[in-house]
Amino acid sequence: MGQHTSLYQNHLDAGAKMVDFAGWDMPINYGSQIEEHTQVRTAAGVFDVSHMTVVDVSGEDAKKFLRYLLANDVARLHECGCALYSAMLNHEGGVIDDLIVYRVSFGYRVVVNCATRQKDLTWLSDISQGFSVVIDEKPELAILAVHGPLAIEKLCEILPEHAERIQQLGNFRGFEAGAWFIARTGYTGEKGVELIFPENEAPELWNKLLAAGTKPVGLGARDTLRLEAGMNLYGHDMDETISPLAANMGQTIAWDPPDRDFVGKSALEAAQRLQASGGLPQLVGLVLEQRGVLREGQSVQTDKGEGIITSGSFSPTLKHSIALARIPLDSESCRVDIRGTLTEVRIVKPNFVRFGKKVYE
Amino acid sequence: MSNIPDDLHFASTHEWVRVNEDGTATVGISNHAQDALGDIVFVELPEPGSRINARNEVAVVESVKAASDIYSPMSGEITTVNEVLMDAPETVNSSPYENGWFYKMTLSDDAELDDLMGADAYSDHCEDE
Repeated sequence: MGQHTSLYQNHLDAGAKMVDFAGWDMPINYGSQIEEHTQVRTAAGVFDVSHMTVVDVSGEDAKKFLRYLLANDVARLHECGCALYSAMLNHEGGVIDDLIVYRVSFGYRVVVNCATRQKDLTWLSDISQGFSVVIDEKPELAILAVHGPLAIEKLCEILPEHAERIQQLGNFRGFEAGAWFIARTGYTGEKGVELIFPENEAPELWNKLLAAGTKPVGLGARDTLRLEAGMNLYGHDMDETISPLAANMGQTIAWDPPDRDFVGKSALEAAQRLQASGGLPQLVGLVLEQRGVLREGQSVQTDKGEGIITSGSFSPTLKHSIALARIPLDSESCRVDIRGTLTEVRIVKPNFVRFGKKVYE
Repeated sequence: MSNIPDDLHFASTHEWVRVNEDGTATVGISNHAQDALGDIVFVELPEPGSRINARNEVAVVESVKAASDIYSPMSGEITTVNEVLMDAPETVNSSPYENGWFYKMTLSDDAELDDLMGADAYSDHCEDE
């Protein structure tokens, strides 16, 4: 038996099909992944992502430590509640994990992936040597993501005490309310919030959300939603052997101010030179408008060389297949080996759907 | 597992066969198979007129999760394919034993039915998996 979130029984009650996810028993769907996906694009869905790891970083050197630890710069978080997406690199410039860091009253709150928890905690501990920081994992916190065009409206009905502040939140902004933290962040390409709060309060909120017509959404739809939104999945689209520059994460690297040192910086500068000479591959979007499904691991042939699909699926919103693929820079044409047949696909920017609508050209 | 029709013969690879009154057979995949595959988004069917041997690949099902080969449970000639699945592949999810059939075929060797399982044996087979 795997680990359970505080909503395990609620998932079973909602008809979930449970699967193992990095040692956790998690809902893959509650009947139909496509229906759940569509629910988030057209109305509102709730995801239990309490298996993700919350780590609070406080102490005198918290800011200094995170500025050294992360490729993005927490100095950009000008006030409490601000959020930042960042890669955490190794010294070779590969991605140990991707994460969200929030500035909070006591320092910073970092949310990292579940499957990478142990190595992330070890890395945080290793890099923190010499810094005056307290690194405090918070397994007692639940995380619910409520996303979709009606998500904020429904949440405000259920949480009238927080409604005004939720409505005022800008994207990538959050606020603390006692032991609760509520932020406009997510992994779907729709409006919505993530709530981080004591897990013993999670069943009550879950039940209220469902009673208000918010539908439970499993990890299956979470994956197709994030793929349509062109968001990377750690361990698939990037890992410790991949430079963030080859994973469409260039915008998340804070080169300024130039005097800031961070883990992996010199390796990243070398990767940048390689990129300038065309020697570093790029992560692009692929679109297959005919029948068939692009899948992770399928090999890709472009006019500039070979590549590989890192994430691929059927897009329930677009009704055809889409993928992320790592291919040689400046490739213009592309064919994918689908079960032995080379099939022409289109190369697009890796962002397919936002707010329920197609966004690539 | 409940409600497996008792007029079907099942392969261990989760296809079913129904022998029709005229001696032809209808082939599809089981409820257990569609449930394991998840939402089905494309079905690639064989050409009518083509001949197929038992246990050979005859169709491909693409679901949100994966692509899966479908093996013909019987040898014979494909006579008709279910065109409904071209535009509505989700019919396999909603009606695996009726509207979601894959193809019809003539049978070249009825004795191959002896290699297949009845509803009860198939139900046990799924539980053992």
